[in-house]
Order: sequence, then C-alpha cells, then structure tokens
Amino acid sequence: MAQAAVQAPALKEYPVIPILARDAMAASKPYAASDKMNEALGFPGKLVDNWQALAIEKMGELLGKYRSLRVFLDACVHCGACTDKCHYFLGTGDPKNMPVARQDLLRKVYRRHFTLAGKLFPKLVGAEDLTESVLEDWYKYFNQCSECRRCSVYCPYGIDTAEITMAAKEIMNSIGVGQKYTNEIIGKVHKIGNNLGLPKPALANTLETLEEEIKEETGVDVRLPLDQEGAEVLLVTPSADFFAEPHVYSLIGYAKVFHAAGISWTLSSQASEAGNFGLFIGSYDQMKKVASRVREAVLALGAKRLVVGECGHAWRVAYSFWNTLIGPFDFLDARYPVPQHICEMTWDLIKRGAIRLDREKNDQLVVTFHDSCNVARGAGMGGVPGGQFTIPRDIVRAACSKFHDMAPETIHESTYCCGGGGGLLTDELLDLRVKGALPRMEALKQVVDEHGVNFMATICAICKAQFTKVMPYYKFDMSMVGGVHQLVGNAIRLGELH
Amino acid sequence: MLAALYASLFYAATAVLVAGVAWRVIEYARAPAPLRIPTTPAPMTRAGAAGRVAREVLLFESLYRSNKWIWLFGWLFHVALALVLLRHLRYFIQPVWGWVAFVQPFGVYAGFALVAGLAGLWARRLFVERIRYISTWSDHLMLALLAGIALSGLGMKYVAHTDIVALKEFMLGLIAFDWQPLPADPALLVHLTLVLALMVVFPASKLLHAPGVFFSPTRNQADDSRERRHVAAWARD
Repeated sequence: MAQAAVQAPALKEYPVIPILARDAMAASKPYAASDKMNEALGFPGKLVDNWQALAIEKMGELLGKYRSLRVFLDACVHCGACTDKCHYFLGTGDPKNMPVARQDLLRKVYRRHFTLAGKLFPKLVGAEDLTESVLEDWYKYFNQCSECRRCSVYCPYGIDTAEITMAAKEIMNSIGVGQKYTNEIIGKVHKIGNNLGLPKPALANTLETLEEEIKEETGVDVRLPLDQEGAEVLLVTPSADFFAEPHVYSLIGYAKVFHAAGISWTLSSQASEAGNFGLFIGSYDQMKKVASRVREAVLALGAKRLVVGECGHAWRVAYSFWNTLIGPFDFLDARYPVPQHICEMTWDLIKRGAIRLDREKNDQLVVTFHDSCNVARGAGMGGVPGGQFTIPRDIVRAACSKFHDMAPETIHESTYCCGGGGGLLTDELLDLRVKGALPRMEALKQVVDEHGVNFMATICAICKAQFTKVMPYYKFDMSMVGGVHQLVGNAIRLGELH
Repeated sequence: MLAALYASLFYAATAVLVAGVAWRVIEYARAPAPLRIPTTPAPMTRAGAAGRVAREVLLFESLYRSNKWIWLFGWLFHVALALVLLRHLRYFIQPVWGWVAFVQPFGVYAGFALVAGLAGLWARRLFVERIRYISTWSDHLMLALLAGIALSGLGMKYVAHTDIVALKEFMLGLIAFDWQPLPADPALLVHLTLVLALMVVFPASKLLHAPGVFFSPTRNQADDSRERRHVAAWARD
C-alpha cells in the first residue's frame, strides 16, 4: 500500500506561523470503509449514483436540524482570526487546513445551493457546485480536522469547525463515502461492545491478570470486577485501558482508588467502551445507539453511580450529551453528578482525606499536564467553569512534588490537540498526525529544556496512543506519556500489607 | 423625478432589508439546537451566557484573544459605524433628541476612525498571505462599498457641502409618505446609492454575522448539560 513518507517538522525555538504551502497535504487521505462497514451502520455501501442530488438534499436536512450549521455557514466574514489556530495548519502549512478554508469547502456548496447570492453570482461570492473534485477535497480535508474546537475559541462568532466537519462527514456517509477507521470501529461496538473488539472472555482474562500483577507488586488484593450486579459504581472507560500501554496503568490506578476508598465498583462487558465514535462522524443516531449501551448496562447491573474513565471525547459525549441522548438518570444517586469523571471522584476523595497519596513515590518524575481538547473545550468538571483544568492538575500536584505547566497559550482552552483526535488515529494518516503534533511538541520541548520535565500526564486514551506513536519522531521517549491515574496509582496508600 | 426615483428605491431597499433579515432570523430561531455545544469553559447559567454574548457583541472578546490587529481595526470600525449611525439619526427625527445632538461631534470624528478601521482591515486582506488566500471578490467589494459610503459622506462634510436642510426634508417626507425634492448633488447621490446597495445586499451576505452572533450556540448556551435535560423535537423517539 502506497503510504506517504512520514516527516516530522523541526522543532523551533519559538512558534512561527508557516508560509502557505498549497496542496502540501493533498495526498493525505484515510482508507475508505468497505461496503460491509458502511452498511452495518445503515449507510449505502459505496458511492450512490445520484450522489450530488442526495448530498444537497442531506445538507438541506441538516440545515433544518442544526442551528449551529445554519448560523455558522452564514456568519463567517473571512476576518482571518482562525487562520493560524489549527495545529494541522501550523504543522503542514497547507492553506486548506486553515479553519476558515476548511469550512469554505462546505460553505461554497452551501452558498451555491442555498443562498440567492450564490445562485446568481457564484464567482463573486465563492460559490461552487458539488463536483467530484470538491467531494474529493471534502474527503481529504475533513479527514484532516480532529474536531478539537480550538478555532471556535478564537472566532468572534464562535464558529466551530468541528460542527462543519461533522456535517460534512454525515453528508459523505449518507452517500456512501465512509471512512474505514471510524466506521469499522463503530461496527465493532455494535457487534462486540467495544472499539477494540475485545470479547467478554478476553476481557475477564485481562482483568484477572491485572489483579495478579497488582497483588505481586503491592501484596494487596485489589479487585477489577466485571459485570458485578449491585456494585455501587459502574465505571465506563475506554477499551484501550484494558491492555494498551500506558493506558492500563491508569486502569490500575482507578482500581486502587476504588479499593483504598472502599467503594464497590464494576466494569461492564456490555458497556466496555467509553469512547463514542458516533461523535466523530457527526451522527446523532450512531452516537445515541453507542451511548444507549451504557444506560442498559447501568440499569442491568443496578449501579447507583456512573463514573467515566480517562477518555477525552468520551467525556464530552458523557458530560455534554448523555443526559440528552440516554437520560434522564433519575434512578441514580442524586448526591453525585451524573455522569461523574474519575478525576472528579478521585479529587473529592483526596480532599476528604478518604484516600492518601505519598508524593515521594513519584519523585523521579517532573510532570506537566496536556489538556485534551474535548475535555478542555467540550466539557467541564467540578461544577465550575474551568474545573476541567484545575481538578486534574490538583490531582497531579497531590500525587507528585514536581509539576510545571507548559506555555499559557498552549494549555487550558488554548490547548493544542495531540494530532490524533476526531477519528484520525489510524496508521495511513501517520504523516498528518506527526505534523499535527508539532505545536504540542514545541511547547513540551520548552518545559523539558527549562524544567527537566520527563512526564506528560493526560486524561485521554487517544492522546496517550497518539503521543506514544508520534513522540519518537520528535526524539522524545514514548514512556514520557501517561495518565493522571497512573501517577495516582504509583502514589496511593493501599493500607497495611498482609 | 429624482425624488420619486430615490423615494421608491428607499422603500424597496427598506422592505428587502427588513424582510430579508427577519427571514434569516426566523430561520435561525426555528432551527433546533439538539445538543449542548458551548465552547467551554462556559458560564453555568443562562444569565452568564447572555453576558458572554454581550461581551462578544460589545467588546469582541474572542477576537481580542485571537488577533490584536484584527481586533483593533474591526472594533474601531464597528464602534465608529455605530457612532456615525447615531449621528445620522438627526436627519430622520424632528425635533432632534438631546442625546442625538450631544453625539454629533463624536459622530463626525468617528467618520475618520471608520475609514481608518476599514483601511486597516483592507490592508490585512491584501497583504497578509493567509487572509488574501481566503478572501473572495465579495469580501473586497464589501470593503469598497463601505469605504465609498464613508468617503462620500466625509466629502459632503468637508469638501462639497450638500443642502442638508433639503435632504432632511426629503427624509422626513419619506417617513411621512409626503415626498419632498431631493438635492441633485453628485456626492449625495453616490452616498445614497451606495447605502441603498448595502441595505439590499445585507440579508444575502456575510453581513448576517450581525444577527448571527446572537444565535451562535457555542456562545449563547449555558454549560448546564448535567443539570438540565435538553431534547430537540426531531430527536424524540
């Protein structure tokens, strides 16, 4: 399979806005989904005959269903505020990776078919028919957007390119132009229950092995229960936590927290995945269908609380959309937020003295924290604006003595995407992913050089997988990345040894 | 003859502007917002979200964080435009309200600020490579239209005065449906023609950012998704 060579840009002392490099990424596109993968989600298997007409019809339908799309397509004034805000633009220089230019790929077709000016004077207002080459551009460049919403922070009208990208993906899926990575994974969730296609026996086996490992390491019987009816907490976590490194260390961390705090908990084989790729393809129906497993699982197991593990986009879906999609949750314990982030739970336990951490256990680490885009800009924590920034950092500080933040313009709501979000975490897009990581790598290098940082904590499975893959291209050790609960797991006091 | 032509054009342009913007606003208002998508961190209450929108409208808060030059020129232009429009109220009301009289000198100087703001924005559009790339012909025409309006207006104030008393009688006559003669003054006719053009293109152009900003879900929604359940009509089972 032909694959573009992966090239990491050089890390510069100061971030520089690149000179435009037209069509620099015109060769980058993900593998197409097979007929079967598309059909499993109710989409046409391959490009339908009258695709132009159907795509325009779908666009019209979406304009009637989403105020965001309607307002965002009208309101842009081409001011240019967003042009230097996208990590993919900063890493590639391809002008179509400027948020406004990406939006315009869809907007020009909207103008042509849904506005008077575009119908009468297409050239004047930059309106274009939906031709094959436009569709090709859609497939390439809407698959170079990680839906991280950084541009929406800076737009004077709050235009969120993620909403445009999602609409474009929904239109493409509706005419049979599906992307393999996302559509295959959603199919696996429907069929097996998680993104990785891990069946129940394998899951049970993995959890048992982990229990043995913890016992060996600490001498304590820390349990990782599966499908245990009557447990107080149902933990829904990304399936990568079950075996990928460094993800699994966070899973061990969660288990130790539950153990030390004496909270009964369980995982579910039915909802063995917090991730919800329905978000990435902009499909309300798919997102709802994927999320509904969680409601079914919590009802079946009779849990009283719903806690979500370290996963960025999953937390956005859980925090911002679950109540809408699969609520109301009036049958759960109202003393706790529903859903609750594992960091919210852990921080609450630390504050109350219900668990104790020994910072010295992490003394070999100098830690920084990478805010994951969907947590930072699409969700919240702790019931106060910005709680999603303070709570994970408070936990890190409670678990480690050495902490340094990266440059202020690269953290909190200004954080840069890891480069692998939005359904792009697939090998054929590795060149894009490496380039998209550039702004984060530059900010990391600064704290590495100035403060000797040797660990970047984060609370997202995609960030963890992406960074371990791309950091070696920038001469960083891949073990520098890990979860917040990995640090908690190292430092937590489990009580007297037997 | 001239008066009749411009009178009918003004009625037509006003009808297009009002009906066109109303149509867009109704469409924005009627389109459901099925999911909570405020760009976080966001205010947790609706009052807080209203405050956020107010800061966007009055101060261009997000733009300020984004790019100080675009903010400077853009904000300067909009504030100047607001002052100039307020100053122009005197041509449509009799007697002139006290605060409209008060605002007159500010409105005059704002005319220069307006041109300066437009010039700055246009320079960026021409000379910053990224912004040149995203610019369409209509982006340049819009700037030309506004610059033409501003310069012809300043021209009447500082170069060749028009018969402003007669103009005011024409405008009051328009409102009262009692048409009065219009001074056949080139600068004035250019000024009025460009204003008419602006009114007509408003509802079919990017000028819709003005009503649009109030309807932007990433700005006007409160971050209350865990506390309140929102379900769009089309999403109900």
